[in-house]
Amino acid sequence: MTRAPLPEPSELTAGFWDAARREELVLQRCRSCGTLRHYPQLLCPGCTSSEWDWAPVSGRGVVHSFTVTHQAFHPAWADRLPYVVATVELDEGPRMVSDLDEDPGDVAIGRRVEVFFERVDDEITLPRFRLSHHEEDPR
Amino acid sequence: MTALELRDRCAIVGIGTTPYSRGTDASTLELHLEASLAALADAGLEPADVDGVMPHDIADRIAEEFVTNLGLRDLAFSSTIRTGGASFGSAVQSACLAVAAGVATCVLLPAGRRGYSEQRVSTSKVSPMPVLASINEFEKPYGNLVGMQWFAQAAQRHMHEYGTTSEHFGHIAVACRKHANLNPRAIMHGRPMTLPDHQASRLICTPFRLFDCSLESDGAGAILITSAERARDLAKPPVLVSGFGEGHGDPPTSITQKRDMTFIEGMHHAGRRAFAMAGIGPADIDCAQLYDGFTWFVLGTLEALGFCARGEGGPFVEGGRIELGGALPVNTHGGLLSEAHVSGVNHVIEAVRQLRREVEPERQVDPCDTVLVTNEGDFHEGSVLILRRP
Repeated sequence: MTRAPLPEPSELTAGFWDAARREELVLQRCRSCGTLRHYPQLLCPGCTSSEWDWAPVSGRGVVHSFTVTHQAFHPAWADRLPYVVATVELDEGPRMVSDLDEDPGDVAIGRRVEVFFERVDDEITLPRFRLSHHEEDPR
Repeated sequence: MTALELRDRCAIVGIGTTPYSRGTDASTLELHLEASLAALADAGLEPADVDGVMPHDIADRIAEEFVTNLGLRDLAFSSTIRTGGASFGSAVQSACLAVAAGVATCVLLPAGRRGYSEQRVSTSKVSPMPVLASINEFEKPYGNLVGMQWFAQAAQRHMHEYGTTSEHFGHIAVACRKHANLNPRAIMHGRPMTLPDHQASRLICTPFRLFDCSLESDGAGAILITSAERARDLAKPPVLVSGFGEGHGDPPTSITQKRDMTFIEGMHHAGRRAFAMAGIGPADIDCAQLYDGFTWFVLGTLEALGFCARGEGGPFVEGGRIELGGALPVNTHGGLLSEAHVSGVNHVIEAVRQLRREVEPERQVDPCDTVLVTNEGDFHEGSVLILRRP
Protein backbone atom coordinates (compact mmCIF):
# COMPACT_ATOMS: atom_id res chain seq x y z
CA MET A 1 0.00 0.00 0.00
CA THR A 2 1.31 3.46 -0.87
CA ARG A 3 1.13 5.98 1.90
CA ALA A 4 0.94 9.71 1.28
CA PRO A 5 1.52 12.41 2.14
CA LEU A 6 4.57 11.49 4.23
CA PRO A 7 5.94 13.55 7.13
CA GLU A 8 8.85 15.88 6.48
CA PRO A 9 10.76 15.93 9.78
CA SER A 10 12.34 19.17 10.93
CA GLU A 11 15.30 19.73 13.24
CA LEU A 12 12.81 19.98 16.10
CA THR A 13 10.87 16.81 15.27
CA ALA A 14 13.64 14.54 13.90
CA GLY A 15 14.07 12.75 17.24
CA PHE A 16 10.43 11.58 17.18
CA TRP A 17 10.90 9.98 13.75
CA ASP A 18 14.38 8.61 14.61
CA ALA A 19 12.81 6.81 17.57
CA ALA A 20 9.94 5.52 15.42
CA ARG A 21 12.53 3.95 13.09
CA ARG A 22 13.80 2.07 16.17
CA GLU A 23 10.16 1.16 16.94
CA GLU A 24 10.06 3.36 20.03
CA LEU A 25 7.37 5.92 20.81
CA VAL A 26 8.80 9.06 22.42
CA LEU A 27 7.38 12.48 23.25
CA GLN A 28 9.00 15.73 24.33
CA ARG A 29 9.35 16.05 28.10
CA CYS A 30 10.21 19.39 29.70
CA ARG A 31 13.41 19.03 31.69
CA SER A 32 12.33 21.84 34.00
CA CYS A 33 8.74 20.93 34.97
CA GLY A 34 8.48 17.38 33.60
CA THR A 35 5.40 18.01 31.47
CA LEU A 36 4.99 15.85 28.36
CA ARG A 37 4.00 17.70 25.20
CA HIS A 38 2.90 16.92 21.67
CA TYR A 39 3.08 18.21 18.96
CA PRO A 40 6.73 19.28 19.33
CA GLN A 41 7.35 22.91 20.31
CA LEU A 42 10.52 24.89 21.05
CA LEU A 43 9.43 25.97 24.53
CA CYS A 44 7.35 24.33 27.23
CA PRO A 45 3.97 26.13 27.13
CA GLY A 46 3.69 25.59 30.89
CA CYS A 47 6.98 27.06 32.08
CA THR A 48 8.70 28.39 28.88
CA SER A 49 11.80 26.27 29.47
CA SER A 50 13.74 25.45 26.31
CA GLU A 51 15.34 22.37 27.93
CA TRP A 52 13.71 19.06 27.02
CA ASP A 53 14.36 15.37 26.35
CA TRP A 54 12.66 12.70 24.29
CA ALA A 55 10.88 10.49 26.83
CA PRO A 56 9.54 6.99 26.07
CA VAL A 57 5.78 6.54 26.54
CA SER A 58 3.66 3.40 26.87
CA GLY A 59 1.98 3.50 23.48
CA ARG A 60 -1.29 2.59 25.16
CA GLY A 61 -4.39 4.74 25.34
CA VAL A 62 -8.03 5.17 24.40
CA VAL A 63 -9.96 6.46 21.40
CA HIS A 64 -10.87 10.05 22.32
CA SER A 65 -12.76 10.66 19.09
CA PHE A 66 -12.75 9.42 15.50
CA THR A 67 -14.27 9.87 12.08
CA VAL A 68 -15.03 7.35 9.35
CA THR A 69 -14.05 8.85 6.00
CA HIS A 70 -16.16 7.87 2.98
CA GLN A 71 -14.65 10.19 0.38
CA ALA A 72 -11.05 10.21 -0.88
CA PHE A 73 -9.41 13.57 -0.32
CA HIS A 74 -6.09 12.27 -1.66
CA PRO A 75 -5.55 9.60 -4.35
CA ALA A 76 -3.40 7.52 -1.97
CA TRP A 77 -6.46 6.90 0.22
CA ALA A 78 -8.96 6.07 -2.52
CA ASP A 79 -8.66 2.27 -2.25
CA ARG A 80 -9.09 2.27 1.54
CA LEU A 81 -12.57 3.78 1.76
CA PRO A 82 -14.18 3.86 4.17
CA TYR A 83 -11.34 4.30 6.65
CA VAL A 84 -11.12 5.31 10.30
CA VAL A 85 -9.01 8.19 11.63
CA ALA A 86 -8.88 8.42 15.41
CA THR A 87 -7.58 10.76 18.04
CA VAL A 88 -5.80 8.59 20.59
CA GLU A 89 -5.40 9.85 24.14
CA LEU A 90 -2.32 8.18 25.57
CA ASP A 91 -2.42 6.95 29.16
CA GLU A 92 0.24 9.62 29.83
CA GLY A 93 -2.15 12.37 28.64
CA PRO A 94 -1.00 13.73 25.27
CA ARG A 95 -3.00 12.90 22.16
CA MET A 96 -1.90 11.52 18.79
CA VAL A 97 -3.67 10.86 15.51
CA SER A 98 -3.70 7.51 13.73
CA ASP A 99 -5.70 5.72 11.11
CA LEU A 100 -7.09 2.41 12.40
CA ASP A 101 -7.21 -0.65 10.16
CA GLU A 102 -10.42 -1.78 11.82
CA ASP A 103 -14.01 -2.42 10.86
CA PRO A 104 -15.60 1.01 11.45
CA GLY A 105 -18.34 -0.71 13.42
CA ASP A 106 -15.79 -1.94 15.96
CA VAL A 107 -14.43 1.54 16.72
CA ALA A 108 -15.96 3.57 19.52
CA ILE A 109 -14.93 6.38 21.81
CA GLY A 110 -13.30 4.86 24.90
CA ARG A 111 -11.96 1.71 23.18
CA ARG A 112 -8.41 0.74 24.27
CA VAL A 113 -5.69 1.01 21.62
CA GLU A 114 -1.99 0.20 21.42
CA VAL A 115 0.84 1.38 19.21
CA PHE A 116 2.59 -0.57 16.46
CA PHE A 117 5.08 0.55 13.86
CA GLU A 118 4.74 0.57 10.10
CA ARG A 119 7.94 0.94 8.11
CA VAL A 120 7.22 3.00 4.99
CA ASP A 121 10.75 3.45 3.63
CA ASP A 122 14.33 3.88 4.88
CA GLU A 123 13.53 7.31 6.29
CA ILE A 124 9.99 7.05 7.64
CA THR A 125 8.44 4.59 10.04
CA LEU A 126 4.98 5.60 11.25
CA PRO A 127 3.82 4.89 14.79
CA ARG A 128 0.24 3.69 14.31
CA PHE A 129 -2.47 2.36 16.61
CA ARG A 130 -4.82 -0.64 16.65
CA LEU A 131 -7.57 -1.82 18.97
CA SER A 132 -6.03 -3.79 21.84
CA HIS A 133 -7.97 -6.98 22.27
CA HIS A 134 -5.93 -8.40 25.13
CA GLU A 135 -6.59 -5.46 27.44
CA GLU A 136 -9.67 -5.21 29.61
CA ASP A 137 -12.15 -2.98 27.82
CA PRO A 138 -13.29 -0.37 30.34
CA ARG A 139 -16.62 0.31 28.67
CA MET B 1 -9.07 54.30 24.98
CA THR B 2 -10.96 51.35 26.45
CA ALA B 3 -13.12 48.83 24.59
CA LEU B 4 -16.21 50.51 26.08
CA GLU B 5 -15.19 53.81 24.51
CA LEU B 6 -15.03 52.06 21.14
CA ARG B 7 -18.71 51.10 21.26
CA ASP B 8 -20.57 52.63 18.28
CA ARG B 9 -17.55 54.70 17.27
CA CYS B 10 -17.33 53.20 13.77
CA ALA B 11 -19.84 52.20 11.13
CA ILE B 12 -20.19 50.00 8.08
CA VAL B 13 -21.19 52.41 5.32
CA GLY B 14 -20.83 50.41 2.12
CA ILE B 15 -21.40 46.81 1.06
CA GLY B 16 -20.89 45.11 -2.27
CA THR B 17 -20.74 41.63 -3.74
CA THR B 18 -20.18 39.81 -6.97
CA PRO B 19 -22.74 37.23 -8.01
CA TYR B 20 -22.13 33.92 -6.21
CA SER B 21 -21.57 30.98 -8.52
CA ARG B 22 -20.11 27.54 -9.01
CA GLY B 23 -17.80 28.31 -11.88
CA THR B 24 -16.28 31.65 -12.93
CA ASP B 25 -13.77 32.95 -15.45
CA ALA B 26 -12.84 35.86 -13.21
CA SER B 27 -9.63 35.79 -11.17
CA THR B 28 -9.78 36.18 -7.40
CA LEU B 29 -8.45 39.74 -7.76
CA GLU B 30 -11.10 40.58 -10.36
CA LEU B 31 -13.78 39.31 -7.95
CA HIS B 32 -12.36 41.43 -5.12
CA LEU B 33 -12.19 44.55 -7.30
CA GLU B 34 -15.77 44.06 -8.54
CA ALA B 35 -17.03 43.75 -4.96
CA SER B 36 -14.92 46.73 -3.83
CA LEU B 37 -16.32 49.00 -6.56
CA ALA B 38 -19.84 47.86 -5.64
CA ALA B 39 -19.19 48.75 -1.98
CA LEU B 40 -17.88 52.21 -2.95
CA ALA B 41 -20.94 52.85 -5.14
CA ASP B 42 -23.23 51.69 -2.31
CA ALA B 43 -21.61 54.17 0.08
CA GLY B 44 -21.46 57.00 -2.45
CA LEU B 45 -17.68 57.17 -2.01
CA GLU B 46 -14.79 57.42 -4.48
CA PRO B 47 -11.56 55.41 -4.38
CA ALA B 48 -9.79 58.62 -3.32
CA ASP B 49 -11.82 58.52 -0.10
CA VAL B 50 -10.21 55.19 0.90
CA ASP B 51 -7.00 55.43 2.92
CA GLY B 52 -6.96 51.94 4.45
CA VAL B 53 -7.23 48.44 3.03
CA MET B 54 -7.19 45.05 4.72
CA PRO B 55 -6.44 42.38 2.08
CA HIS B 56 -7.73 38.89 2.89
CA ASP B 57 -5.21 36.20 3.73
CA ILE B 58 -7.15 33.17 2.48
CA ALA B 59 -7.52 34.90 -0.90
CA ASP B 60 -3.75 35.56 -1.03
CA ARG B 61 -4.33 39.23 -1.76
CA ILE B 62 -1.97 42.15 -1.00
CA ALA B 63 -2.61 45.84 -0.48
CA GLU B 64 -0.52 46.85 -3.48
CA GLU B 65 -3.06 45.27 -5.86
CA PHE B 66 -5.78 47.55 -4.53
CA VAL B 67 -3.52 50.60 -4.67
CA THR B 68 -2.64 50.04 -8.31
CA ASN B 69 -6.09 49.01 -9.53
CA LEU B 70 -8.29 51.41 -7.57
CA GLY B 71 -5.80 54.29 -7.62
CA LEU B 72 -5.62 54.59 -3.84
CA ARG B 73 -3.13 57.46 -3.90
CA ASP B 74 -2.45 57.93 -0.21
CA LEU B 75 -2.87 54.68 1.71
CA ALA B 76 -2.30 55.24 5.45
CA PHE B 77 -3.15 51.77 6.80
CA SER B 78 -2.91 48.20 5.57
CA SER B 79 -2.91 44.99 7.54
CA THR B 80 -3.81 41.33 7.03
CA ILE B 81 -5.24 39.01 9.70
CA ARG B 82 -4.24 35.36 9.56
CA THR B 83 -6.88 33.35 11.41
CA GLY B 84 -8.37 31.56 8.41
CA GLY B 85 -12.15 31.84 8.35
CA ALA B 86 -12.12 34.08 11.43
CA SER B 87 -9.98 36.63 9.61
CA PHE B 88 -12.76 38.78 8.21
CA GLY B 89 -14.46 39.49 11.54
CA SER B 90 -11.11 40.21 13.14
CA ALA B 91 -10.29 42.53 10.23
CA VAL B 92 -13.44 44.52 11.01
CA GLN B 93 -12.14 44.88 14.56
CA SER B 94 -8.72 46.08 13.35
CA ALA B 95 -10.26 48.49 10.85
CA CYS B 96 -12.39 50.01 13.62
CA LEU B 97 -9.31 50.36 15.81
CA ALA B 98 -7.46 52.15 13.00
CA VAL B 99 -10.36 54.54 12.35
CA ALA B 100 -11.06 55.21 16.03
CA ALA B 101 -7.38 55.94 16.62
CA GLY B 102 -7.25 58.33 13.70
CA VAL B 103 -4.73 56.29 11.74
CA ALA B 104 -7.15 55.90 8.82
CA THR B 105 -10.48 57.51 7.94
CA CYS B 106 -12.02 54.94 5.60
CA VAL B 107 -10.98 51.28 5.33
CA LEU B 108 -11.84 48.85 2.53
CA LEU B 109 -12.20 45.14 3.45
CA PRO B 110 -12.56 42.71 0.52
CA ALA B 111 -12.84 38.91 0.90
CA GLY B 112 -13.90 35.82 -0.99
CA ARG B 113 -12.26 33.35 -3.31
CA ARG B 114 -12.51 30.86 -6.16
CA GLY B 115 -13.61 28.05 -3.87
CA TYR B 116 -15.17 26.13 -6.76
CA SER B 117 -13.04 26.99 -9.78
CA GLU B 118 -9.65 26.81 -8.06
CA GLN B 119 -9.21 26.17 -4.33
CA ARG B 120 -11.59 23.28 -3.74
CA VAL B 121 -11.38 22.04 -0.17
CA SER B 122 -12.57 18.55 -1.18
CA THR B 123 -9.52 18.13 -3.41
CA SER B 124 -7.10 19.54 -0.81
CA LYS B 125 -6.35 22.47 -3.14
CA VAL B 126 -6.14 25.19 -0.53
CA SER B 127 -3.44 27.73 0.15
CA PRO B 128 -0.50 26.41 2.17
CA MET B 129 -1.03 27.89 5.63
CA PRO B 130 1.73 28.06 8.28
CA VAL B 131 -0.81 27.13 10.96
CA LEU B 132 -1.07 23.67 9.39
CA ALA B 133 2.59 22.70 9.99
CA SER B 134 1.83 20.25 12.82
CA ILE B 135 -1.11 18.70 10.98
CA ASN B 136 0.98 18.28 7.84
CA GLU B 137 3.56 16.29 9.79
CA PHE B 138 1.51 14.40 12.39
CA GLU B 139 -2.02 14.02 10.99
CA LYS B 140 -2.05 14.06 7.19
CA PRO B 141 0.21 10.97 6.93
CA TYR B 142 -2.61 9.13 8.71
CA GLY B 143 -5.26 10.23 6.22
CA ASN B 144 -6.54 13.18 8.30
CA LEU B 145 -6.33 15.48 5.30
CA VAL B 146 -9.03 18.15 5.18
CA GLY B 147 -11.26 20.37 7.31
CA MET B 148 -14.29 18.10 7.02
CA GLN B 149 -12.33 15.37 8.85
CA TRP B 150 -10.74 17.67 11.42
CA PHE B 151 -14.05 19.12 12.62
CA ALA B 152 -15.93 15.82 12.28
CA GLN B 153 -14.05 14.53 15.32
CA ALA B 154 -15.23 17.51 17.38
CA ALA B 155 -18.83 16.85 16.32
CA GLN B 156 -18.44 13.12 17.05
CA ARG B 157 -17.15 13.83 20.54
CA HIS B 158 -20.02 16.27 21.16
CA MET B 159 -22.50 13.53 20.19
CA HIS B 160 -20.75 11.14 22.58
CA GLU B 161 -20.76 13.52 25.52
CA TYR B 162 -24.16 15.16 25.11
CA GLY B 163 -26.33 12.84 23.00
CA THR B 164 -26.35 15.25 20.05
CA THR B 165 -27.68 13.57 16.89
CA SER B 166 -27.22 13.85 13.14
CA GLU B 167 -30.81 15.15 13.01
CA HIS B 168 -29.77 18.05 15.23
CA PHE B 169 -27.12 19.00 12.70
CA GLY B 170 -29.75 18.50 10.02
CA HIS B 171 -32.06 21.12 11.55
CA ILE B 172 -29.28 23.67 11.03
CA ALA B 173 -28.79 22.69 7.39
CA VAL B 174 -32.55 22.81 6.79
CA ALA B 175 -32.89 26.28 8.38
CA CYS B 176 -30.13 27.67 6.18
CA ARG B 177 -31.67 26.09 3.08
CA LYS B 178 -35.13 27.49 3.88
CA HIS B 179 -33.65 30.96 4.15
CA ALA B 180 -31.64 30.53 0.95
CA ASN B 181 -34.86 29.74 -0.85
CA LEU B 182 -36.09 33.24 0.06
CA ASN B 183 -32.83 34.81 -1.20
CA PRO B 184 -32.41 35.00 -4.99
CA ARG B 185 -28.63 35.58 -4.60
CA ALA B 186 -28.16 32.23 -2.87
CA ILE B 187 -26.60 29.41 -4.86
CA MET B 188 -29.17 27.01 -3.39
CA HIS B 189 -32.16 29.27 -4.20
CA GLY B 190 -34.79 27.12 -5.85
CA ARG B 191 -33.40 23.89 -4.41
CA PRO B 192 -35.42 23.05 -1.28
CA MET B 193 -34.10 20.49 1.20
CA THR B 194 -35.88 18.67 4.04
CA LEU B 195 -34.64 16.83 7.11
CA PRO B 196 -35.17 13.45 5.36
CA ASP B 197 -33.13 14.83 2.42
CA HIS B 198 -30.37 15.70 4.87
CA GLN B 199 -30.49 12.26 6.42
CA ALA B 200 -30.37 10.64 2.98
CA SER B 201 -27.40 12.70 1.77
CA ARG B 202 -24.19 10.74 1.41
CA LEU B 203 -21.72 10.41 4.25
CA ILE B 204 -18.54 12.42 3.77
CA CYS B 205 -16.85 11.65 7.08
CA THR B 206 -18.95 10.65 10.05
CA PRO B 207 -20.96 12.29 11.46
CA PHE B 208 -20.88 14.78 8.56
CA ARG B 209 -23.10 14.17 5.56
CA LEU B 210 -22.89 16.17 2.36
CA PHE B 211 -25.49 18.67 3.62
CA ASP B 212 -23.50 19.30 6.81
CA CYS B 213 -20.74 20.84 4.69
CA SER B 214 -20.66 24.35 3.28
CA LEU B 215 -20.64 25.11 -0.42
CA GLU B 216 -17.62 25.20 -2.66
CA SER B 217 -18.35 28.43 -4.49
CA ASP B 218 -16.84 31.39 -6.32
CA GLY B 219 -17.46 34.99 -5.37
CA ALA B 220 -16.42 37.95 -3.26
CA GLY B 221 -17.80 40.66 -1.06
CA ALA B 222 -16.44 43.90 0.34
CA ILE B 223 -17.37 46.42 3.01
CA LEU B 224 -16.25 49.95 3.91
CA ILE B 225 -15.73 51.18 7.46
CA THR B 226 -15.49 54.78 8.58
CA SER B 227 -16.27 56.79 11.70
CA ALA B 228 -19.86 56.92 12.96
CA GLU B 229 -19.69 60.72 12.68
CA ARG B 230 -18.72 60.69 9.01
CA ALA B 231 -21.17 57.88 8.30
CA ARG B 232 -24.10 60.20 8.97
CA ASP B 233 -23.35 62.16 5.78
CA LEU B 234 -23.09 59.18 3.42
CA ALA B 235 -25.57 57.59 1.01
CA LYS B 236 -27.00 54.77 3.11
CA PRO B 237 -28.15 54.51 6.72
CA PRO B 238 -25.05 53.65 8.75
CA VAL B 239 -24.74 50.39 10.63
CA LEU B 240 -22.87 50.91 13.89
CA VAL B 241 -20.20 48.49 15.09
CA SER B 242 -21.39 48.25 18.67
CA GLY B 243 -19.14 45.43 19.84
CA PHE B 244 -16.31 43.31 18.58
CA GLY B 245 -14.02 40.63 19.90
CA GLU B 246 -11.65 37.94 18.80
CA GLY B 247 -10.58 34.81 20.63
CA HIS B 248 -8.08 32.03 20.16
CA GLY B 249 -8.29 28.39 21.17
CA ASP B 250 -5.78 26.47 23.23
CA PRO B 251 -3.93 25.17 21.36
CA PRO B 252 -4.94 26.89 18.12
CA THR B 253 -3.18 24.46 15.76
CA SER B 254 -5.29 21.27 15.76
CA ILE B 255 -8.73 20.11 16.88
CA THR B 256 -7.30 16.80 18.09
CA GLN B 257 -5.07 18.60 20.61
CA LYS B 258 -7.82 20.79 22.11
CA ARG B 259 -8.20 20.50 25.86
CA ASP B 260 -11.94 20.18 25.09
CA MET B 261 -12.70 19.62 21.44
CA THR B 262 -16.45 20.07 22.01
CA PHE B 263 -16.00 23.67 23.20
CA ILE B 264 -15.38 26.44 20.66
CA GLU B 265 -13.21 28.26 23.13
CA GLY B 266 -11.98 31.00 20.79
CA MET B 267 -15.57 31.91 19.96
CA HIS B 268 -16.49 31.95 23.64
CA HIS B 269 -13.78 34.49 24.42
CA ALA B 270 -14.60 36.56 21.33
CA GLY B 271 -18.26 36.68 22.33
CA ARG B 272 -17.49 37.57 25.93
CA ARG B 273 -15.51 40.59 24.73
CA ALA B 274 -18.04 41.67 22.10
CA PHE B 275 -21.02 41.48 24.49
CA ALA B 276 -19.10 43.40 27.18
CA MET B 277 -18.16 46.14 24.71
CA ALA B 278 -21.73 46.46 23.39
CA GLY B 279 -23.15 46.31 26.92
CA ILE B 280 -25.73 43.68 26.01
CA GLY B 281 -26.23 39.92 26.18
CA PRO B 282 -27.52 37.05 24.03
CA ALA B 283 -31.16 37.88 24.88
CA ASP B 284 -30.78 41.25 23.12
CA ILE B 285 -29.87 39.74 19.74
CA ASP B 286 -32.64 39.88 17.09
CA CYS B 287 -30.94 37.54 14.63
CA ALA B 288 -27.52 35.94 14.26
CA GLN B 289 -25.37 35.28 11.21
CA LEU B 290 -23.18 32.43 12.44
CA TYR B 291 -20.18 31.15 10.48
CA ASP B 292 -21.24 27.75 9.21
CA GLY B 293 -18.38 26.01 7.49
CA PHE B 294 -20.10 22.95 8.93
CA THR B 295 -23.43 22.57 10.73
CA TRP B 296 -21.35 21.70 13.80
CA PHE B 297 -19.96 25.24 13.95
CA VAL B 298 -23.45 26.72 14.38
CA LEU B 299 -24.39 24.27 17.15
CA GLY B 300 -21.07 24.78 18.96
CA THR B 301 -21.22 28.56 18.51
CA LEU B 302 -24.72 28.80 20.03
CA GLU B 303 -23.28 27.11 23.12
CA ALA B 304 -20.01 29.06 23.16
CA LEU B 305 -21.82 32.41 22.99
CA GLY B 306 -24.31 31.50 25.72
CA PHE B 307 -27.47 31.33 23.59
CA CYS B 308 -27.88 27.96 25.31
CA ALA B 309 -25.98 25.94 27.90
CA ARG B 310 -23.05 23.63 27.09
CA GLY B 311 -24.37 20.45 25.53
CA GLU B 312 -27.82 21.87 24.79
CA GLY B 313 -27.13 23.05 21.25
CA GLY B 314 -28.94 20.04 19.78
CA PRO B 315 -32.30 20.56 21.49
CA PHE B 316 -31.91 24.34 21.00
CA VAL B 317 -32.01 24.10 17.19
CA GLU B 318 -35.12 21.90 17.17
CA GLY B 319 -38.66 23.12 16.47
CA GLY B 320 -37.78 25.97 14.13
CA ARG B 321 -36.18 28.10 16.82
CA ILE B 322 -33.37 29.20 14.48
CA GLU B 323 -35.62 29.68 11.45
CA LEU B 324 -37.27 32.94 10.34
CA GLY B 325 -40.21 33.43 12.68
CA GLY B 326 -38.39 31.55 15.46
CA ALA B 327 -36.90 33.02 18.62
CA LEU B 328 -33.43 33.43 17.10
CA PRO B 329 -33.32 33.39 13.29
CA VAL B 330 -29.88 32.22 12.19
CA ASN B 331 -28.26 32.75 8.79
CA THR B 332 -31.19 34.55 7.20
CA HIS B 333 -29.31 34.63 3.87
CA GLY B 334 -28.64 30.88 3.79
CA GLY B 335 -25.12 31.03 5.19
CA LEU B 336 -22.05 29.31 3.87
CA LEU B 337 -24.16 26.14 3.76
CA SER B 338 -26.69 27.43 1.23
CA GLU B 339 -25.95 31.01 0.07
CA ALA B 340 -22.21 30.84 -0.75
CA HIS B 341 -18.86 30.33 0.97
CA VAL B 342 -17.16 33.68 0.61
CA SER B 343 -15.08 33.51 3.78
CA GLY B 344 -17.80 34.93 6.01
CA VAL B 345 -18.00 38.39 4.43
CA ASN B 346 -21.54 37.46 3.36
CA HIS B 347 -22.55 37.09 7.02
CA VAL B 348 -21.53 40.70 7.71
CA ILE B 349 -23.25 41.89 4.53
CA GLU B 350 -26.48 40.07 5.45
CA ALA B 351 -26.41 41.71 8.90
CA VAL B 352 -26.07 45.13 7.26
CA ARG B 353 -28.92 44.40 4.83
CA GLN B 354 -31.18 43.22 7.66
CA LEU B 355 -30.44 46.36 9.69
CA ARG B 356 -31.02 48.60 6.64
CA ARG B 357 -34.28 46.79 5.76
CA GLU B 358 -32.81 45.95 2.34
CA VAL B 359 -33.64 42.24 2.21
CA GLU B 360 -36.64 40.64 0.50
CA PRO B 361 -39.69 41.34 2.73
CA GLU B 362 -40.35 37.64 3.40
CA ARG B 363 -36.99 37.22 5.08
CA GLN B 364 -36.84 40.55 6.93
CA VAL B 365 -36.48 39.95 10.66
CA ASP B 366 -38.83 42.22 12.62
CA PRO B 367 -37.93 43.79 14.94
CA CYS B 368 -34.31 43.89 13.83
CA ASP B 369 -32.22 46.42 15.70
CA THR B 370 -29.23 44.33 16.82
CA VAL B 371 -27.51 41.56 14.86
CA LEU B 372 -24.67 39.31 15.95
CA VAL B 373 -22.15 38.01 13.40
CA THR B 374 -19.49 35.36 13.88
CA ASN B 375 -16.57 34.23 11.78
CA GLU B 376 -14.67 31.08 12.67
CA GLY B 377 -11.32 29.97 11.43
CA ASP B 378 -8.33 27.72 11.73
CA PHE B 379 -9.12 25.51 14.72
CA HIS B 380 -12.07 26.91 16.63
CA GLU B 381 -10.73 30.47 16.61
CA GLY B 382 -13.45 33.07 16.59
CA SER B 383 -14.39 36.64 15.88
CA VAL B 384 -17.68 38.21 16.91
CA LEU B 385 -19.31 41.46 15.79
CA ILE B 386 -22.40 43.09 17.24
CA LEU B 387 -23.97 45.49 14.75
CA ARG B 388 -26.93 47.80 15.33
CA ARG B 389 -29.08 50.56 13.90
CA PRO B 390 -28.28 54.08 15.20
